[in-house]
Amino acid sequence: MKRNSKRLAIALLIGFIILITIVPSWLGIYNDYRQLILILIGINIILAVSLNLINGYMGEFSVGHAAFMGVGAYIASILSVYLVTESTVFGPARLPEGWSILVFPLVLIIGGIIAALFSLIVAIPSFRTRGDYLAIITLAANFIFKSLVENMDKIGGPRGFMGMGKVTRAMESTVDLPWVMLWTFIVALLTVYVVRNFVSSIFGKGIVAVRDDEIAAELMTVNTRRVKVVTFMLGCGLAGIAGGLHAHAIGYINPSSYFIMQSVNIMVMVYLGGMSSISGSVISAIGFTILLEFLRPLELYRWVVTPLLLILLMMFRPSGIMGSRELTDFFPALRKIFGTTDETFEEKLTHVSASD
Amino acid sequence: MSLLQIEGLTHNFGGLTAVDDFSLDLGDNDLVGLIGPNGAGKTTVFNIVCGLYKPSRGKILFNGTDLSGRRPHQITSLGIGRTFQNIRLWNELSVLDNLRIAHFSQIKYGIIDSFFLTKKLKEDEQEVTQEAYELLELFTLQDFAQELPRNLSYGVQRRVEICRALVIKPRLLLLDEPAAGMNQGEISALMDLVRWVREKFQVTVWLIEHQMRVIMGICERIKVIDFGRTIAEGTPQEIRSNPKVIEAYLGEEVA
Repeated sequence: MKRNSKRLAIALLIGFIILITIVPSWLGIYNDYRQLILILIGINIILAVSLNLINGYMGEFSVGHAAFMGVGAYIASILSVYLVTESTVFGPARLPEGWSILVFPLVLIIGGIIAALFSLIVAIPSFRTRGDYLAIITLAANFIFKSLVENMDKIGGPRGFMGMGKVTRAMESTVDLPWVMLWTFIVALLTVYVVRNFVSSIFGKGIVAVRDDEIAAELMTVNTRRVKVVTFMLGCGLAGIAGGLHAHAIGYINPSSYFIMQSVNIMVMVYLGGMSSISGSVISAIGFTILLEFLRPLELYRWVVTPLLLILLMMFRPSGIMGSRELTDFFPALRKIFGTTDETFEEKLTHVSASD
Repeated sequence: MSLLQIEGLTHNFGGLTAVDDFSLDLGDNDLVGLIGPNGAGKTTVFNIVCGLYKPSRGKILFNGTDLSGRRPHQITSLGIGRTFQNIRLWNELSVLDNLRIAHFSQIKYGIIDSFFLTKKLKEDEQEVTQEAYELLELFTLQDFAQELPRNLSYGVQRRVEICRALVIKPRLLLLDEPAAGMNQGEISALMDLVRWVREKFQVTVWLIEHQMRVIMGICERIKVIDFGRTIAEGTPQEIRSNPKVIEAYLGEEVA
């Protein structure tokens, strides 16, 4: 029975994605603006959940998440523009237009992998120590990323890089689907799925043990350095994929799109939702994106709201919307569908002993 | 062959010699005590054995393997379980998770399995959960499986910690002041527990303790250190009447 309800849930989720992406765009309900908001919600879900893995579950303090997003954005954009479009920078297209559908997911993954490798440069020196060091080094990484890209004239430097719009148009003219939105939701769903699985496995719970008491973890045979590096790379790799999606959704990127302001926004989403709560991050990513759009008439003052929100949050609800709980804690019925097998197995064991 | 062989272990903290020329030989299924006044360097010896500190001099062989240059998790994976003076359970994780995480080095699946909850992972983890649960039952702790350690009484936390150390499937169990903060009744229970654990799990137990009742009651051999230096070694009877030990604990007799 459980198996069936799980399958049903997966089918429902896939159906839901199709329902909110493909069908309305065929019916012409989405204008470009509404579509962009939906994509941004999906991207923010990926970013918030992936940063939560680092700042929440692992208890480290990364303040430069946007740098990894930026690495993914630039790598994916450069590759896709190089391969399937004609551009002033790279000259004629290397592949026919129709290939863009295949190229797009591929460049996203490559962007994610490169971002993960970039994070390794940060992780290796900083994880020998603990706490504030990662904050300083990730901050530095964000600056390094910005100055590095600004000094690469070939890809536009501070003026930015464009041409991704052609790639999305190429995909849409080959098969008429809202490709970027579709992939955004697929990646968002996969992110939630993978992160939830990871933190419920013994391997992933190792990072919670490290956060709680690192020396005890190390002495209880946990390879602390390995779990920390793997977790950090997973979080940053997902941010890299989100960056690739972001670049193709906006169509134009520049180094300052992935600077401190963006890093702060992701952090606000994580703290708003609650540390080590995946559902909290998802809820706050949706709420925060919509809130920012409603505040658009405020123009520059919009950026006053974000820090203000953080201050209010720290004053009145320091643990965030969800604290460290998940939706399944409030609605145990959901556990049948979204719970890990492991949870239900544990429950069974406990019940057996209770009836003894 | 002896299980743990320590030769000429010396450790300096800056100018202070915390452990000076410490040697010990532990055989299979021994039950040995390590005592000494506060600050004598007892916990430091444990920390060096576990790899938390690198000794300035000396050699440690565990089951024939040289431990120098290995990281703590590699050393403990070889089969050294330990508990801590001030209980170090993970308070944000359930008792069951505390046990399951100690299983870390024996995990059979890879990182990718943990992303997608593959069949391999599920099978392995169910086995681990089952094993952890059985261990809890053996300690009659099964009712606390889903509790957070910080909500448990002191004595129960001590038992959970010993239980967690046993998940490693150790051949050597290091107990750092297991009776600290316990009342007389709990101490009696603890003494029975330590004896039972040694028989049941066939481990060598090496313990640090201040409670003379525990040390004299269960240890077969006792080593006494003071200011990092070994001052006496022998059976409980020998230690009890050793003038050097009495001096270290009570001070010199005024002539």
